Amino acid sequence: MSEATSDTSLTRSGPTAGVGGFKGFMRATEIDTRMLGMIGALLVIWVGFHILSGGTFLTPRNLWNLSVQTASVGVMATGMVLVIVTRNIDLSVGSILGVTGMIMAVAQTQYFTPMLGYDSGLVWIATLATGLVCGLLIGGLQGFVIAYLGVPAFIVTLGGLLVWRGGAWWVASGRTIPLTDENFKLLGGGSDGSIGATWSWIVAAVAIVFIVVGALAARRQRKRFKFAQKPVWAEAFTLAISLIAVVGATMIVNSYLLPGPLARRYAEANGIAVPEGGLEISFGYAVPVLLFIGVGIVMTFIAKRTRFGRYVFAIGGNPEAAELAGINTKRVTLMVFALMGMLAAVAAAISTARLSSATNAQGTLDELYTIAAAVIGGTSLAGGAGTIAGAMLGALVMQSLQSGMVLLGMDTPLQNIVVGAVLVVAVWLDTIYRRRAA
Amino acid sequence: MSATMEDIRDHGRGHHHDTVDRSGTPLVDMRDISIAFGGIHAVDHASIDLYSGEVVALLGHNGAGKSTLIKILSGAYKRDSGEIFVRGEKASIGNPRDAKAYGIETIYQTLALADNVDAAANLFLGREIMTPWGTLDDGAMEAEARKVMGRLNPNFRRFKEPVKALSGGQRQSVAIARAILFNAKILIMDEPTAALGPQETAQVADLIKELKKEDIGIFLISHDIHDVFDLSDRVVVMKNGQVVGSARTEDVTKDEVLGMIILGKCPPGATPGPGAMKE
Ligand SMILES: Nc1ncnc2c1ncn2[C@@H]1O[C@H](COP(=O)(O)OP(=O)(O)OP(=O)(O)O)[C@@H](O)[C@H]1O
Ligand SMILES: [Mg+2]
Repeated sequence: MSEATSDTSLTRSGPTAGVGGFKGFMRATEIDTRMLGMIGALLVIWVGFHILSGGTFLTPRNLWNLSVQTASVGVMATGMVLVIVTRNIDLSVGSILGVTGMIMAVAQTQYFTPMLGYDSGLVWIATLATGLVCGLLIGGLQGFVIAYLGVPAFIVTLGGLLVWRGGAWWVASGRTIPLTDENFKLLGGGSDGSIGATWSWIVAAVAIVFIVVGALAARRQRKRFKFAQKPVWAEAFTLAISLIAVVGATMIVNSYLLPGPLARRYAEANGIAVPEGGLEISFGYAVPVLLFIGVGIVMTFIAKRTRFGRYVFAIGGNPEAAELAGINTKRVTLMVFALMGMLAAVAAAISTARLSSATNAQGTLDELYTIAAAVIGGTSLAGGAGTIAGAMLGALVMQSLQSGMVLLGMDTPLQNIVVGAVLVVAVWLDTIYRRRAA
Repeated sequence: MSATMEDIRDHGRGHHHDTVDRSGTPLVDMRDISIAFGGIHAVDHASIDLYSGEVVALLGHNGAGKSTLIKILSGAYKRDSGEIFVRGEKASIGNPRDAKAYGIETIYQTLALADNVDAAANLFLGREIMTPWGTLDDGAMEAEARKVMGRLNPNFRRFKEPVKALSGGQRQSVAIARAILFNAKILIMDEPTAALGPQETAQVADLIKELKKEDIGIFLISHDIHDVFDLSDRVVVMKNGQVVGSARTEDVTKDEVLGMIILGKCPPGATPGPGAMKE
């Protein structure tokens, strides 16, 4: 039989048996070639801008800003992956961001701060919870119309784009609402919204522990069912790369130092004596970036390790088969949109906190950046395929392009032209890759 | 083709002896089922029953309504009229989940696989094995998948790949494995060997005999009488959505059944249905 011959390379007695070179290396380490391609593209963009900008792109300060700017759209992109995987689209996320941001700002300034007191640590929790619930309900409502009333997602969310933008205006009659709670503002980053050098190292240490424990658990799992193991050298290689990435990122955010006056203010506030030659106080990881990474981890877990995630992908591959297998496809679709709405609210919290206020235009066009991030990150518009990590990287690629062009002083119209063209080219390249892989 | 195909060439009566006990209530009894798509009466007042340990072959031309009839039993379609009884009790089957709850498992003609997930994920789709922490236990599912696939298609190795990368026969094996994995009481097999090679086809025939011994009732659907004559205890023939007639396989010859399929002519050994040709 022909299949028997093509199977031999996959008989995992030794995963590299019979295949050498780059292919064998990739198979043994189980590195996703698409991911690798994206990281490569990102590095090209970074180095390119660094050279063009005369050495100002790859600086701790710029990279730190880049990470903060990526967070909001990145959070939404993780949800957009699941939406697109189920063969749907959500054009309303920018408007949901707008309306939930406005709701949170109004709820905080008019209700929670007066009710709970100016210094209360509960205000930010109440504000965030309100936003999340509103996002969940808005997304859930759209999901209901799509799944149970059978209106195509494109139309429902196109309507939602207008409805929720109008709703945002209506919540505060078009005014800009400044936030009152300082704790909530930490969600947006800034010098106070960062965790500093020590905590950044603690976060890094925890991450390293999880990575190592995860790798060991995977080996134990393979042993339990007597499946073939990844070769030790391959395991060590992927582990080393992950650890270098974690340590490197931590070193970068820690080498971004508070500017002189801010550092002095910080020192005074914390009763630290200012030594000769000035203070060296690091920003460390920004809170929104940690939130972004946390969301990414949770969403990856949902996509890969839960029933819900499995059903999302099964539906995307063949909706009819999923239904025949007994999956309640309507409920899963509704939940996907509800989750998307909630993530739009998380993004709203980040961007509102960063601006210290909610504005009427907030999140405008974010739906396009979010979809672009997911698609550049390898999510197939035909449904059924996509990864959370890819979308997160896609968001970083998009933001790198934009920040780089701002750094070069390019005009906004030209920026739009470049971003649009890059999106099309990226998807074209991906199409070629897919055809080759199939 | 295979040896099994060769010994079907004699056009004699079905040579295995009917040992099915049909004195009690049937396992499945579909009565007077109708469904129309637009103007087409895909199934038109069809009645069909099935006993424990029995293989009922459902035969008919392309477009006769076989798949549509059994999709009503499997919950894929909602009937316009008619009733379904399972073990004598009226069953309400509104969706595939309901059918599975009655122990009805189906191998669809189209296979109905989720193309972008692997074999194990397909076998357990909708009934995943979970860890104590409520997460998917992919290791356990793959181990089970290896066991059951080893029984059906021992050459199969491609457990890590999405099923869309598999050959037609491999996909069919996955669909069969999924149907027998969960202790079905009633098994619907819609052209289960259409894409299989001779070796795998023989394996499916053995499997059907084994399942029969476990008192499972099987609807075996085909448009080709040669595929099913040896395996079935009874044949039911459909034409234009109607039942032409039914007969114990040992009471009719292949030529007579062919006459039922092609002309709608009911032989003396068969019980005529509403679709039988009027003399
Ligand atoms: N979903 C549907 N919508 C419209 N018409 C349908 C649908 N499903 C089946 N039909 C029609 O119903 C009739 C019976 O089709 P069915 O698939 O049951 O035939 P079959 O006996 O299984 O044929 P085959 O041997 O080709 O599988 C055909 O005329 C077909 O065109
Ligand atoms: Mg059919």
